[in-house]
Amino acid sequence: MSEDAIRAQGLSKWFGDGAARKCAVSDVTLSASFGEMLYIVGPSGSGKTTLLSMISGILRPDQGSVVVEGIDVWKLDDDRIADFRLRTVGFVFQDFHLFPRLSTVENVAIPLILRRRAWDEAIGEARRVLDVVGLAGHADLPPGKLSGGEQQRVAIARAIVSAPDMLIFDEPTASLDGDTGRKIVEFVKREVLTEHRSVLIVTHDSRIFEYADRIVKMEDGRIVDIEKGAHRA
Amino acid sequence: MRGILKIAYKLLVNDRGKFTALLMGITFAVFLMIQVTSMFAGMMMKASATVSNTGARVWVMDRAVNNVAGSIPLPDYVLDAVRSMPGVRYAVPFFSGGALARLHDGTYQAVTVIGLDDTSLYGRPSLVQGRIEDIYGENGFIVVADEELAKLGNPKIGTEFEINDHRGVVVGMAKVAASGLFGIPTLYTTLSRAIQYIPSMRYTMSYVLVEPASAAAIPRIKEAVAHLGYDALTEREFIDRITVFYKYRTGMGMNILIMTIISFIVGLSISGQTFYTFTLENLDRFGALKAIGAKRLELVSMILFQAGVTAAAGYGLGIGLCALLIALAKLRMPDYASVITFGNLGLAFGMVLVIAAISSYIAVRKVLKIEPFEIFRT
Repeated sequence: MSEDAIRAQGLSKWFGDGAARKCAVSDVTLSASFGEMLYIVGPSGSGKTTLLSMISGILRPDQGSVVVEGIDVWKLDDDRIADFRLRTVGFVFQDFHLFPRLSTVENVAIPLILRRRAWDEAIGEARRVLDVVGLAGHADLPPGKLSGGEQQRVAIARAIVSAPDMLIFDEPTASLDGDTGRKIVEFVKREVLTEHRSVLIVTHDSRIFEYADRIVKMEDGRIVDIEKGAHRA
Repeated sequence: MRGILKIAYKLLVNDRGKFTALLMGITFAVFLMIQVTSMFAGMMMKASATVSNTGARVWVMDRAVNNVAGSIPLPDYVLDAVRSMPGVRYAVPFFSGGALARLHDGTYQAVTVIGLDDTSLYGRPSLVQGRIEDIYGENGFIVVADEELAKLGNPKIGTEFEINDHRGVVVGMAKVAASGLFGIPTLYTTLSRAIQYIPSMRYTMSYVLVEPASAAAIPRIKEAVAHLGYDALTEREFIDRITVFYKYRTGMGMNILIMTIISFIVGLSISGQTFYTFTLENLDRFGALKAIGAKRLELVSMILFQAGVTAAAGYGLGIGLCALLIALAKLRMPDYASVITFGNLGLAFGMVLVIAAISSYIAVRKVLKIEPFEIFRT
């Protein structure tokens, strides 16, 4: 592992107005390095998804800053933040959010197409990445024809196809059975995590904690503990 | 951007059920709008048939005339006065009136009789059979060989009939650009014979047809005619006046307008609702695209492109369907009054654009409102 790839400083976020105003994340400082698999865990409502959203350039914090590879993300305008997400961050959503009317390979190619790569070139690259995740034979099927684990791997392929430096996983095992969930995380650890990439995972599935380099525990919007995981070198 | 639009296209057409519903909505709306407005255009073309078939550049008439069949006879001095006006190359009298023809089998048939200036035969139709000079022969009439011909018992050259106890003989068959609105056969003869055969009032001349020396002379002629207390209208102005009459004074225009609005509302409701449902179904995916890094402009372009593709396809299908129906109808009913004009097409195109714009506006609002953060919560 190398220097800090991501540095979040004093992040706070409130939701609601007046009496209903509630603090979701309060003064959180956190960093992650290249080559690190960082888990953010905690009970429901502890603020872990809000924190992840602020780090990944999706949700603007009320206070604090996020610096990724030297770029102060929240000082950029909206279009540049969208560009930051497109070029630097890969997302794997809990429910995958794949387009059922597109083929698997077209779903994977979306980030490249958004980066204005030519259609054939993007599809070619997406096929190569589908091969990496072991789904080359399913490239032309619609995602609906695939199992939950296969759809998860399609979502991972879509997240890594444009070679982002930061990968964000939101509850990656929530829609999968225990065995498939473990296999997916093993795969991510083995094939996706590189020394030039950080992987941030929000989860409350303790069965996959063993793959973490560090585990950040949150409660009531605050970090209450940071543990070294079993895989910490 | 092409790749993004290709994605949008695939999202649209691969959802066959919704795409079909969207297409049907717009196709049906376009079909109805064009069908209704082309029927109106067809009727107006027929209502102005005498004007367009005659081809005179300027028509002089009583100010109260609002359609060609409702002419008010002009005193003879009007013709003399018009002929003496600067800018008039020549002016001729013109008669248009109705009569009952008694056919060979003893039945009666209403006819329109056009009386042409005896000297010049100005405004005469093209003959498909016979010679024009035979119109000067005894009791000579030229019959328009259109879809109404059968009502005269399909006469041929030499066929005889009676008009007000006067003998009439068919001496020629003519073709015209448009037939009349009321399904009445048309006969051409000389002005003097028309006046002689058809009972008329003190004045006999329906219109004065004017050939101006140049286009620039027309305003001066109009002004001079206005001083006489009459109207001088160009061919286009006269046709417009007839259209205005049917549109606003007969209730026909209001009916057409209501039908067009209903078609528009039907199209808008079907397409708007389907497009909205289509967007709602893909809303979380649009949110995911936003999270991944799609910009607002790209998302808006996707939706507008989808709406545009559907509108263009539905517009084309609607026109095709309407043209097919009109062609089939004309096979069975040759005098079916329906004609697709550029005006109809433009109106329907404008309305389709409005349907697409309203449908996509609702979808765009929805997509732009979704926060990518929400994707993490679903």
